[in-house]
Amino acid sequence: MDKVIKEYKKLLPESIIEEIKKLVPKASDAKMKKIMEAVYQEYLDSKVEAGESVGLVAAESVGEPGTQMTLNTKHFSGVAELNVTMGLPRIIEILDARKKISTPMMEIYLQKPYCNGKDIKKIALSIKETKLGEIITEFAISIAEQTVEFTINEKRFADLDVEFKDIKDLIKKTKKVPSCTMKQKENVITLTAKEDGDIRKLYEIKESLKEVVIQGIAGITQVLPVKRGNEYIIITAGSNLKKILAKEFVDPTKTNSNDLYETCAVLGIEATRQTIINEVSKVIDSQGLNIDIRHITLIADMMCFSGDIKGVTRYGVVKEKSSILARASFETPIRHIFSAGLTGEVDYLTSVIENVMINQPVPVGTGLPDLVTKVKTVK
Amino acid sequence: MAEVYLNGKFVGEVENPVEFREKIVAERRNNKMDNNLNVMFNSEDGNLYIESNKGRIRRPLIVVKEGKALLTETHIKQLDEEKLNFSDLVKQGIIEYIDAGEEENLLVAFVEEDLTTAHTHLEIAALDILSLCSSLVPYGNHTPGARLSMGSKNQKQSVGLYATNFPIRMDMDVNVLYQPQTPLVRSIMHDVSKYDKHPCGQNLVVAVIDYKGYNMDDAIVLNKASVERGLGRCAYFRPILADELRYSGGLMDEITIPDKEVKGYKSEEDYKFLEEDGIIFPEAKIKEGDVVIGKVSPPRFLSSLDEYNLSLNTKRESSLSLKHGEAGIVDLVLLSENKEGNKMVQVRLRKQKIPEIGDKFTSRHGQKGVIGLVLDQADVPFTASGITPDLIFSPHGIPSRMTISHLIELVGAKTAALSGRYIDGTTFNSEPESELRKELLAHGFKENGTETMYNPKTGKKMKAKIYVGGMYYLRLKHMVSNKMHSRATGPVQLLTRQPTEGKAKEGGLRLGEMEKDTFVAHGASLLLKERFDSDRTIVPICEESGLAGYYDEFKKQYMSPLSKEGKISNVEMSYAFKLLLDEFKSLCIYPKIGLKTKY
Repeated sequence: MDKVIKEYKKLLPESIIEEIKKLVPKASDAKMKKIMEAVYQEYLDSKVEAGESVGLVAAESVGEPGTQMTLNTKHFSGVAELNVTMGLPRIIEILDARKKISTPMMEIYLQKPYCNGKDIKKIALSIKETKLGEIITEFAISIAEQTVEFTINEKRFADLDVEFKDIKDLIKKTKKVPSCTMKQKENVITLTAKEDGDIRKLYEIKESLKEVVIQGIAGITQVLPVKRGNEYIIITAGSNLKKILAKEFVDPTKTNSNDLYETCAVLGIEATRQTIINEVSKVIDSQGLNIDIRHITLIADMMCFSGDIKGVTRYGVVKEKSSILARASFETPIRHIFSAGLTGEVDYLTSVIENVMINQPVPVGTGLPDLVTKVKTVK
Repeated sequence: MAEVYLNGKFVGEVENPVEFREKIVAERRNNKMDNNLNVMFNSEDGNLYIESNKGRIRRPLIVVKEGKALLTETHIKQLDEEKLNFSDLVKQGIIEYIDAGEEENLLVAFVEEDLTTAHTHLEIAALDILSLCSSLVPYGNHTPGARLSMGSKNQKQSVGLYATNFPIRMDMDVNVLYQPQTPLVRSIMHDVSKYDKHPCGQNLVVAVIDYKGYNMDDAIVLNKASVERGLGRCAYFRPILADELRYSGGLMDEITIPDKEVKGYKSEEDYKFLEEDGIIFPEAKIKEGDVVIGKVSPPRFLSSLDEYNLSLNTKRESSLSLKHGEAGIVDLVLLSENKEGNKMVQVRLRKQKIPEIGDKFTSRHGQKGVIGLVLDQADVPFTASGITPDLIFSPHGIPSRMTISHLIELVGAKTAALSGRYIDGTTFNSEPESELRKELLAHGFKENGTETMYNPKTGKKMKAKIYVGGMYYLRLKHMVSNKMHSRATGPVQLLTRQPTEGKAKEGGLRLGEMEKDTFVAHGASLLLKERFDSDRTIVPICEESGLAGYYDEFKKQYMSPLSKEGKISNVEMSYAFKLLLDEFKSLCIYPKIGLKTKY
């Protein structure tokens, strides 16, 4: 039996062979041979044939359902406050590979005791970015003494995992706050400006104080612990993978972000490709449409194969086309033609659009095979 | 203190604006102030605005005092006896005109039953909220608003008697229905607008069933016998116009039978209908290409030399003839003068349009459709009493659109036809549907409007009871015979050598970018090339310079534009691409074509 399997190892992908092994643990050689032959035929049948214009079919397969998509739908994951851009705007955002996406999000999976719900609220709150301004009840500015005084709401402060004395250090660490001396009396902190300044200086101190991050991770504006399947995860609005993965309670193998560039920087291009596939599929599923995953993987491959993220725009994927005519027919034709004229580019007419333009058979499908004969030279 | 503005200008202040407003209104009702005046107290900014400008939209409302409308039965009686008229009521302060601003301070009751002491005004009729066209839809309050507005829009496109003086008018592109009828199920608006004087449709017998899929997707099936009796038959009119224009240099057009020496002379056959004055005679049967008005014009461009050389043969033919696909009968010939005092000739073309497959019909409920089949009467299902419907409407058009008024009209018109009276279907104020059912039952029919029907092919009774009733149907002006178009080969554009666009120019049907993609997706590469072959050209290319060559008449051979010895090869490409290369050259870009043998 193993001998038969070995024979097909070169013909079939490993995953298929593994699956067969699982499904048919024992069989006679003749039977195994029959099975393998049937599987191999099926495998060949499901392969794309040479000359199939897969890219165009992928584009049509995504583009046509796109026309049926409801515009501008916002999806609320659980609670009303956390909304996520879905629908066509999100698809455009992903495929254009926008640097800044409208609703960055993370799904944080947790390590063992925490994923069962232990301290889930506390953990969630500890991630959330909390600014000093949120817990201050009142400010008092004294021009005569050149001081800014603020009172902290003790009730809200108790929820946080910070102590009063830490605040002083945190303020000192924040570069935006102008340097000054600090005094603390229970929940009242007084800052004195170092140099004698005008009221504007004091006002500046007051405003910068509000922005001091006293707890949590920068960029994460909202947290939402939810139960998915039988484990607890935390969904966040705002994304900061690098800092989240450093936390010891986080399961780094599953945690993900929907921000392509951040994923690329932290986890690499392969993870980015998977993110594109996941995110696009998520939108398509939410709209109740059905697009074969292979079309999406092809687009994701196209966007990622160079190692950088390339959007399906004139600055991304289209820029990589070798044909001048093909590039010119997409967007900004004059620019492409002028630059081609300046550098003396050559169009080898190897792709579809150029050949449609000059009215020659396009090199796909029936236009692909050529007749090769030896031309006898007459002497 | 509230600021007072008269027509947007500050005029002063008042202590108590609400009281002040009421005072003005009272004075207006007593005719001490002009009834063209409207006052509005804006509670947001606390100011008072008085308007007496032109151009405000105002509507009449009945004044209400202490929960009772001022307009009483005695008034209505007097109105009926013509002892009183509308403007008297306005003078008496019973009805007043309100503008959009003043309405903000009022509470208007929709119907009299709603009146409370808080109300200040009452609508004259509930129908007021609808436009003229939408109030022509019977039982409109039973149908979604979207369908109602579609129904009223469709009525605007209907074929009817658009003007009673149509025989002497020269209107562009109009239709006149041969046998228009007034609707059996009507609304009060039909009487108010004197709809009987210009009706737009016909009362048909409609059965709601499927007919072998010929009425699927909003299609309808017509009874051929009904069509032959004149259902939806109309005349189509289109005028053809010619002026004798004057040009500089004392030259002018001449309406006449063109001389044979004239440039662009067609053929004697084409001018056969013209009489001596160069104009066609009435009742001539003409088809495409036939000249209607013969005309000759002076040459288009007059160079200075031509002025001394005005011989006859420089004149140009500019007759008006029927365009591609047109045919008909000359209805009316009109000789007149235009604004400048030049001779003007108008010839009106008439064409009888019999309903055919593809013509558009609609009921008044937004249920439009095109004819899918004109069926022999022998093949139309018939009822137990031997009635064959004029039209078969598909039941699938009802559930998703929820046009209940359509269903009520069917029963309504049936009742009307049986009892010999009109049914009042005024929106919000109609004869109740339950009454119609009772009356139908009294006439010996099923109260729900269904009837037993028989299959005409087998003679067998149909299992289901079929909903049959009357319906006012309108023929819409979109007719296939005016729109149908196809082309194999034909005229091309001068610049690109690609087929022209549009029916008038006998144009081709564009195979666009997305359609092209489907060819590529199927891998039908050579088929795609063949489809795009319409502007194929052979261009002689110099192999050395990669530029298009030219033909030397003396040497009788193709020459390279740059090198003398360059070898010339013929290359097939689209003319549009050749044009693109030429445009590159105009941008100082050198589009060098490199050639190599294909095999």
